[in-house]
Amino acid sequence: MKAKFLVPLVLFLVLAGFLAFGLNLNPREVPSPLIGKPAPVFKLGQVAAPEQAFGTEDLKGKVWLLNVWASWCVACRQEHPVLVAISREKALPIVGLNYKEVRGDGEIDARKLDAATEREMAVSRARQWLVSHGDPYDTSVMDLDGRVGIDFGVYGVPETFLIDKKGVIRFKQIGPVTPEAWRDTLLPKIRALQAES
Amino acid sequence: MISLRYWRAALVAAGLGLALPGFGGEAALVVADPVLEARVLKLSEHLRCLVCQNQSIAESQAELALDLRSQVREQLAAGKSDDEVVEFMVARYGDFVLYKPPVKMATLLLWAGPALLLVAGLGWLGWRLASRRREQPAELSAAEHARAEALLAGRDKEGES
Repeated sequence: MKAKFLVPLVLFLVLAGFLAFGLNLNPREVPSPLIGKPAPVFKLGQVAAPEQAFGTEDLKGKVWLLNVWASWCVACRQEHPVLVAISREKALPIVGLNYKEVRGDGEIDARKLDAATEREMAVSRARQWLVSHGDPYDTSVMDLDGRVGIDFGVYGVPETFLIDKKGVIRFKQIGPVTPEAWRDTLLPKIRALQAES
Repeated sequence: MISLRYWRAALVAAGLGLALPGFGGEAALVVADPVLEARVLKLSEHLRCLVCQNQSIAESQAELALDLRSQVREQLAAGKSDDEVVEFMVARYGDFVLYKPPVKMATLLLWAGPALLLVAGLGWLGWRLASRRREQPAELSAAEHARAEALLAGRDKEGES
């Protein structure tokens, strides 16, 4: 019973250990329940050709990346050069999901515009962004109302999903894809998935 | 002078009286179906906004919260039950959207923790009380008896014993 005076110290150290562990977790990274589940089916107009639909059906049998982006997204600007560099490697198809593009003329009151004009303005804004920042996408689709985004559980842009040949989501990168994340995490996973039959 | 002051006060009071109901009217939401809206709000209070994580989607004005709220409204209007809407959210965002986590293996400690602490505390208290009851008062030696008597009689002096 001589070591009794050490009890508070031990308790403190245990508590400090728990707190230190908690401090090093990233609260913004919420693990997605969709990993290991089939990717939500979508069919949306493309940025390049809004009247032409493109969707999950068109990617059957391929390992592909779905990158969620928008012209209003600041972290996307940081991520974009990395994606452009990745697209040059031609490792796999990269599909962009333009999530909730700025509506209308970007002013507070968008009521004066009808839906078709609003859509047109959003599409041209998205195109402009791809022209000035480079276009790493095989194609990008417009998710103006964010419905497909909700189906994918998107809560912070950019997000990137890795989808396998069977259409199952295998990995989700929350936040920008960095060169390290590409080299150390994404690329090895992609190679492994591509080797699957 | 007094009359002017009186009039001024009366005017201010009248202005306030007019203004207050005016504000009330402005704040009232124009909703098609108040019963549905009440359900939407009640359910939204239990769902976490993932953008501003310490707010429910009922409180938050983040874009995503607005979208999710309209999802809740739409699905309830379509005749889905509260549980079905919650299931929809959990399927997309995980248990994290729930302010009240479900009881399962991973959350067992969370749910049982307080009860376990209470039981452990009571157990420790019982053990302490029982062991104290078992303690025998120490027998006094003859010298100690003598000193105790001296103390009781008020004759003890420093260093005398």
